[in-house]
Amino acid sequence: MPRIVADWLADHVELPADLTTEQLAADLVRVGLEEEEIHPAAVSGPLVVGRVLELTGEPQKNGKTINWCRVDVGPEHNDDDGARGIVCGAHNFGVGDLVVVSLPGTVLPGGFEIAARKTYGHVSDGMICSTKELGLGDDHDGILVLTQAGFDAADLAPGQDAIALLGLGDEVLEINVTPDRGYAFSYRGVAREYAHSTGAAFTDRGLPDALPTAPPAATADGFAVTVDDGAPIDGRVGCDRFVTRVVRGIDPSTPTPAWMKRRLEGSGMRSVSLTVDVTNYVMLDLGQPLHAYDLTEVAEPIVVRRAAPSERLTTLDDVDRALDTEDLLITDSPDGARGSRVLGLAGVMGGASSEVTGSTTDVLIEAAHFDQVTVARTARRHKLPSEAAKRFERGVDPHLPAVAAQRVVDLLVELAGGTADPAVSDLDATTPPRPIVLDVALPSRTAGVTYTRSQVVGILAQIGCAVADASGDLVEVTPPTWRPDLTEPATLVEEVVRIAGYDQIPSVLPAARGGRGLTAEQRTRRSVARALADAGLVEVLTYPFIGEADLDALGLPADDPRRAALRLVNPLADDKPLLRTHLLVTLLDAARRNVSRGLDDVAVFEVGLVSRPTPGAPAAPQLPVGVRPSEEQLDALAAATPPQPRRVAGVLAGHAVPTGWWGEGRSVDWADALEAARLVAHVVGVDVVVSADPDHQPWHPGRCARLSLPDGTLVGHAGELHPKVVERLGLPARTSAFELDLSVLVEASSGEPVAASPVSAFPAAKEDFAFVVDAAVPAQDVRAAIVAGAGELLEDVNLFDVFTGEQVGAGKKSLAYSLRLRAADRTLSADDVRSVRDGVVAAAAERVGAVLRG
Amino acid sequence: MSAPEPLPDPLDVAALDTAVEAALADIAAAPDLDALKAVRTRHTGDRSALALANRAIGGLPGPDKSAAGKNVGPRRGRINQALAARQGELETERDARVLADEAVDVTLPTGRAPRGARHPIESIQERIADFFVGLGWEIADGPEVETEWFNFDALNFGPDHPARQMQDTFYVAGTDGAQDAAAPNLVLRTHTSPVQARSLLERGVPLYIACPGKTFRTDALDATHTPVFHQVEGLAVDKGLTMANLVGTLDAFARAMFGPEARTRLRPSFFPFTEPSAEMDLWFPQKKGGPGWIEWGGCGMVHPNVLRATGVDPEEYSGFAFGMGIERTLMLRHSIADMHDMVEGDVRFSTQFGTEI
Repeated sequence: MPRIVADWLADHVELPADLTTEQLAADLVRVGLEEEEIHPAAVSGPLVVGRVLELTGEPQKNGKTINWCRVDVGPEHNDDDGARGIVCGAHNFGVGDLVVVSLPGTVLPGGFEIAARKTYGHVSDGMICSTKELGLGDDHDGILVLTQAGFDAADLAPGQDAIALLGLGDEVLEINVTPDRGYAFSYRGVAREYAHSTGAAFTDRGLPDALPTAPPAATADGFAVTVDDGAPIDGRVGCDRFVTRVVRGIDPSTPTPAWMKRRLEGSGMRSVSLTVDVTNYVMLDLGQPLHAYDLTEVAEPIVVRRAAPSERLTTLDDVDRALDTEDLLITDSPDGARGSRVLGLAGVMGGASSEVTGSTTDVLIEAAHFDQVTVARTARRHKLPSEAAKRFERGVDPHLPAVAAQRVVDLLVELAGGTADPAVSDLDATTPPRPIVLDVALPSRTAGVTYTRSQVVGILAQIGCAVADASGDLVEVTPPTWRPDLTEPATLVEEVVRIAGYDQIPSVLPAARGGRGLTAEQRTRRSVARALADAGLVEVLTYPFIGEADLDALGLPADDPRRAALRLVNPLADDKPLLRTHLLVTLLDAARRNVSRGLDDVAVFEVGLVSRPTPGAPAAPQLPVGVRPSEEQLDALAAATPPQPRRVAGVLAGHAVPTGWWGEGRSVDWADALEAARLVAHVVGVDVVVSADPDHQPWHPGRCARLSLPDGTLVGHAGELHPKVVERLGLPARTSAFELDLSVLVEASSGEPVAASPVSAFPAAKEDFAFVVDAAVPAQDVRAAIVAGAGELLEDVNLFDVFTGEQVGAGKKSLAYSLRLRAADRTLSADDVRSVRDGVVAAAAERVGAVLRG
Repeated sequence: MSAPEPLPDPLDVAALDTAVEAALADIAAAPDLDALKAVRTRHTGDRSALALANRAIGGLPGPDKSAAGKNVGPRRGRINQALAARQGELETERDARVLADEAVDVTLPTGRAPRGARHPIESIQERIADFFVGLGWEIADGPEVETEWFNFDALNFGPDHPARQMQDTFYVAGTDGAQDAAAPNLVLRTHTSPVQARSLLERGVPLYIACPGKTFRTDALDATHTPVFHQVEGLAVDKGLTMANLVGTLDAFARAMFGPEARTRLRPSFFPFTEPSAEMDLWFPQKKGGPGWIEWGGCGMVHPNVLRATGVDPEEYSGFAFGMGIERTLMLRHSIADMHDMVEGDVRFSTQFGTEI
């Protein structure tokens, strides 16, 4: 994101002399340019210009030669002998050179603090700095000699502050530019916004009349360029403007002037060579990406076209790339073969073959305007978010190319001794911005603030729009060329409200229409979570990302439906590319983490969505923005969206009741998990049927309950986990778990109000029974027989003992039940009770072969 | 067998008084309830002096009966009263002793049933939902695996919109069995905003909804980022809604979450689905280093294209929308320094919060 060097910004807009970086950030954020970061100054302390007065080479025992120097660092810093003594190991400088000296107390980049120190038999009273030590580059060549780095000796004097000279004391503001404001990727654009925020005087240097010499019109002998776009995207030709200029006779050895280097580096851009630096400088200044070719390496005509199948290009970053037929290319025509050689990816990155080099003297400047979508797709496809691409994909002012090219020409002539070639080409197929009809009352209606007509018109004019009266309250607004984002009235409204200030908007709470409250599903979800928490389980949230290994650990068979998972294209971890098909797979991992952290008794639960792909589901249709889909299209979207039921799962490990002063604790068992599952069903208000499920991983085959609706619909499972699974996951023995489909339960709950039964106040009668049945008979069946046999006088039945042993015989068990009987309308008689008793015994005998124990 | 003792003379007042004195002395001296029981038997039992005297009344000649009755009855009454009184005293003493003996150390731990907890991310979403329900809004839900159209296009992010690239989206490839199938055009929703479009299509206008829920972006987990996080989205579409209504709603929401001093501030920004768009800052009195503004979320007036995509006429209806991160809200409100604590599923994190926040 752009970094703002204050004095560069001041080329475009008046800045107060005492402007702090914080104030600049505050001024810009008010109009929507947010502070990303304030980069602190690189160097502090006494960093000064020095002149080398004496230099004595002193060979050392280790074979090295060090230089003992006397350096004039100005009267303020010199010792009594008019200089300072400094030891230096580098050799690329000599007596008389102007260098940069960090005196004791200086802090260099990286927090490197300079102090006087004794070395090689001298006191070195400071350090002569290299480019690298100053953080100005990776140059290992040695000491920074100022006159070789673009500084003029006439401007330099020993003792002069080198921090300001090199721009090392600049605190730099980095701002965040939103995608709609491509123009703010330039000093021109940021300055405009600063002016909008503060009212400071702004000079638009992007207009032709801001130049010392206006850009010339195209000439017949201009470098030939044709746009031959055989496959425009959405009907937009990939390139609608292409300006070329030629500058000859550049001295390639000319260094980039120090001021330009400082500004570029302050703006976060490395200095490369004067020609490249100039194109970058003008891009940062105005926002127009530019490219400089070595003229001798380009053959007329340039052809702008889409890539052919299997074409390749080695870009400036030395990467050989396979091109896509959608990529827009800049090509030239060697040996008359039109468009046969690829020079670069239009608006994204140039190629290696035609780049300017250390021997380039004649350059061809390209200043073009490319389609946003074309550039965006190419930059994304090749992962090349270059400075040029960043600007083109957000939109560049199509009027800029001629002005920007002229600026480059002027700078190359001025700084590099080049000569501007009178031949100019300018292929211009740009279309003017479309006018927008705006109701001047719309901004007021949108913001809830009253803006006058003149305020609205004034603000729109201020941001560069041409505003003409239409009929009544309507005005016709033509946006400026640098604002391709202004396309409809709402976008103009934002400008009015933004420039007038968001702080003008009052705070008015609207009265809603009155809602229905939470839905049954939403209330149920809360009640379930609350009930589980009240029952002692702790809610956790887990990531839904899983891998095959996680499913393997649960022992799921190959054809288990829980193995058919949606897969991510770009998972964060390669071993977890799938989306969970059930909750336990990730919840068990959370339980394991708790156990591994020394929490021995763990009861956790999670409520969340899972996904299951629908076999053969169609792909979702791709539909345009701003258009309501048809009912058929909406159906297609729904059909493509995988089912995502909400589930609830819990894992219980360790103790259900801890050991304490009350005695021995109780370990978790299958029944704790099943009871939690039953609690969930109870909270939802649904009766569930429990049956044994001997074949459902990851549960124990003998201790797994299947819960279903009375109609057989599966709700979920609960019980003790399979010992192998427990072992693989490193969980305590007998760890138990449940998982239920909450969506099925919610669907099954009637939602009807409960019809209350009256509460009888007549006395109850209690009857106990002990039945002996085959050990294989489920207790649930015995209970059902008792309920059926007891009839309507039965109020409650409770199984209070289960017993096996010699007394009841092998293969048998005894179940003891306590019944509470009551009538709604009378006190029960002995006959009533006897009749219930007979009915219960008969039904139990008939249905489950139960024998009343003696 | 010895001759039966002669029955005491019920007319011998001195002898009767001696018996009463002896009884009262024994009663007073009875140290506990068992001793008192023996005393009762001795002095009021069938063989006690007064019982025998009483029995002897029957054998007296008529005129003496009345005098004897007056001698014996009240004296027996005195003894019974004294017994009852002593019985009461001794029972009180015994009860006090039993209660003292039954005293326990009430500082012993009582946690026989382990205590559970809600995850604060869930609790705070419920609190947020309650706030909006209180305003008369409704709560809407939507799928987490979402079609690209709802996640992007319906919200005015075209396929080439630069903002679509900023989203760090998880794309869904398809099912295991059909890896070579065409792209299903599914994503993990990058924000809760698709619920806006779903609700507008399903319910129409006027509409006042809040949508809390889970969202996904391809950020690696660190102290301040998580690939799975939560947002709450608000959307109001009605006739005549303004940005002032947006500000009013945000201010009320901020106060509900952060107390009466909280308020919000808008800064111009950009989102494809709102125009005008704003970043929302929260005045946070508890900010480290002193009260100040901190970023809380994004908001704006619903873009006409979003209304068009859902069949709502932007000439007739206007609306506002906002969204903020739940994790961020929770971190601010509860001084949570590290995202890891919220996502690792360690019960010690949830347990701090109990069941209500």
